[in-house]
Amino acid sequence: MIKTNALTKQFDEHIAVDSLDLDIADGELFGFLGPNGAGKTTTVRMLTSLIAPTSGTAVVGGFKLGEDDQNIRRNVGILTETPGMYDRLSAHRNLSIYAELYEVEQVERQVEKYLKMLGLWERRDDPVGTFSKGMRQKLAIARSMLHEPKTLFLDEPTSGLDPEAAKLVRDFIEDLKEAGRTIFLCTHNLDEADRLCDRIAVFNGKLRVVDTPTSLRHSLFGNQVVVQLAASAEFYTSNLTSLPFVKECVADGNRLLLQMDDPAANNPELIRVLVSANAPIQFVSEQTHSLEDIYLELVNDK
Amino acid sequence: MNKIKVVVLKEWAEVFRNKLVLFSVAFLPLVLLALPFIMVIIMNNVPLEEATVDDIPEALLGTMCGGMSEADCALVYMLNLFTIMLMILPVMIPVTIAAYSIVGEKTSRTLEPLLATPITTSELLTAKAVAAVLPAVVATFLSFVIYSIGLRFMVNETIYNAALGPIWWFAIIVVAPLLSLFSVCLAIIVSSRVTDPRVAEQMSGIVILPIILIIVGQSLGIILIEARFLFLVAVITAVADAILLYFAVQLFQRERILTQWK
Ligand SMILES: Nc1ncnc2c1ncn2[C@@H]1O[C@H](COP(=O)(O)OP(=O)(O)O)[C@@H](O)[C@H]1O
Ligand SMILES: [Mg+2]
Repeated sequence: MIKTNALTKQFDEHIAVDSLDLDIADGELFGFLGPNGAGKTTTVRMLTSLIAPTSGTAVVGGFKLGEDDQNIRRNVGILTETPGMYDRLSAHRNLSIYAELYEVEQVERQVEKYLKMLGLWERRDDPVGTFSKGMRQKLAIARSMLHEPKTLFLDEPTSGLDPEAAKLVRDFIEDLKEAGRTIFLCTHNLDEADRLCDRIAVFNGKLRVVDTPTSLRHSLFGNQVVVQLAASAEFYTSNLTSLPFVKECVADGNRLLLQMDDPAANNPELIRVLVSANAPIQFVSEQTHSLEDIYLELVNDK
Repeated sequence: MNKIKVVVLKEWAEVFRNKLVLFSVAFLPLVLLALPFIMVIIMNNVPLEEATVDDIPEALLGTMCGGMSEADCALVYMLNLFTIMLMILPVMIPVTIAAYSIVGEKTSRTLEPLLATPITTSELLTAKAVAAVLPAVVATFLSFVIYSIGLRFMVNETIYNAALGPIWWFAIIVVAPLLSLFSVCLAIIVSSRVTDPRVAEQMSGIVILPIILIIVGQSLGIILIEARFLFLVAVITAVADAILLYFAVQLFQRERILTQWK
């Protein structure tokens, strides 16, 4: 469980995080979406008690920020923006150091478990300096899991990875969610947030909106129906604008773009009208907006 | 305690893989030991010229060489300078280790995940200091033991006793660790501001200046290294340690390290 109340961080003149209110449930995979410089890393650093908020309060995993910091550090896992590994030491050594620092009881067992889970067991004795970017990132994820934290902060886990490594990391995040962990996922990758997250917060210094990916789409753009014709669509708009359920109708070449409240209920009537006007219908489809449109809309609307 | 141990061992595993660090910890003691031995061999085999004895400042002659021949006195005087030079070790070794370890953590961005663990900043600072001071103290002590064993076989008892009196053991056991602490604190403070370990090492390297000044002072006869002087050095170093430690602790706060150590 993560709950923040007017959480604010100011650097000199610049307010990086402005009065953030969040309420994240146990077991939720929460997407924290924002462009570079939005203050995502700053938020994560505050919530993992690495830096102190200028004002506001937060409770992380049942512990109050500023009062129980040591317990917060003990009970959360963090994947930092940069993996930060000891390049001269082996993967195994890197993890055992952290297992000790996290007060893990069975160091060897945990290290082995996560090295194997992330496919790094074969390379355990190689210096991390010889690892690819994807391997380092996987190792850093393993490191954040050693003490089996209930709450996990992942700061842009797939940024800079090739598609294959990114997919592996995303699958791993899904497994973590299945296991019931609460995950705070910072990303500027919309597709990733859309596919993985239960809820998404769009954030750029201020919180813009929090909702599920699906209702985010609907609330912003309503439902749009596209009718593809074999002829110019212009001729048919007048037939449709008079229909009560059509809120808006525009022609775009051979396509009709319609804004409707409930396409599932109204499409049969719509099609009947078009057919009786001899419209040469090729396809009827629902236009779904990508999250990207929504995101750009929100982020650019200052 | 366990966390301190883990970090200290980690520091050594990382830093001793660096050739420059190994050089300062292993090679420097060898050089500082070889020089006096070579000198003794030369002086035992080559007749001493009057000039060398004349070079010894008047003030030193009386205290240092009661009842010794002039040649012996010259030897004691030279050995004294070499013993002081051994004190470069407790200063240079911690500077090198601390500079490489702190700047290394900064540039490879390993501090953030480290600080996210339940290690306290004082545990971390202690670990950094111990990791730098311990090898220095051990290297200094071993060098001094080898030095004194070597001299025992190479010079006669009168010279040995005059050259390596109890004040030198005080210097090695008390003053050397104090100097190490001083240099590690300075290295931490300097390293927090720079991004190149070599720069940190050079800037912190100014701590050997006082030692060089003492060597020069002694050879010019301005300073006489005897019990009272060493005791004074110990007290001054201890006070300086306390002051520098205060600043190092101030600099070594989670948020500072993360947001200001660039
Ligand atoms: N230590 C700091 N001092 C001053 N400004 C900072 C500091 N850390 C971050 N910022 C500023 O705060 C803003 C948010 O940064 P950050 O949290 O890293 O964003 P994100 O992770 O979303 O890319 C940026 O404008 C950045 O320049
Ligand atoms: Mg960031």
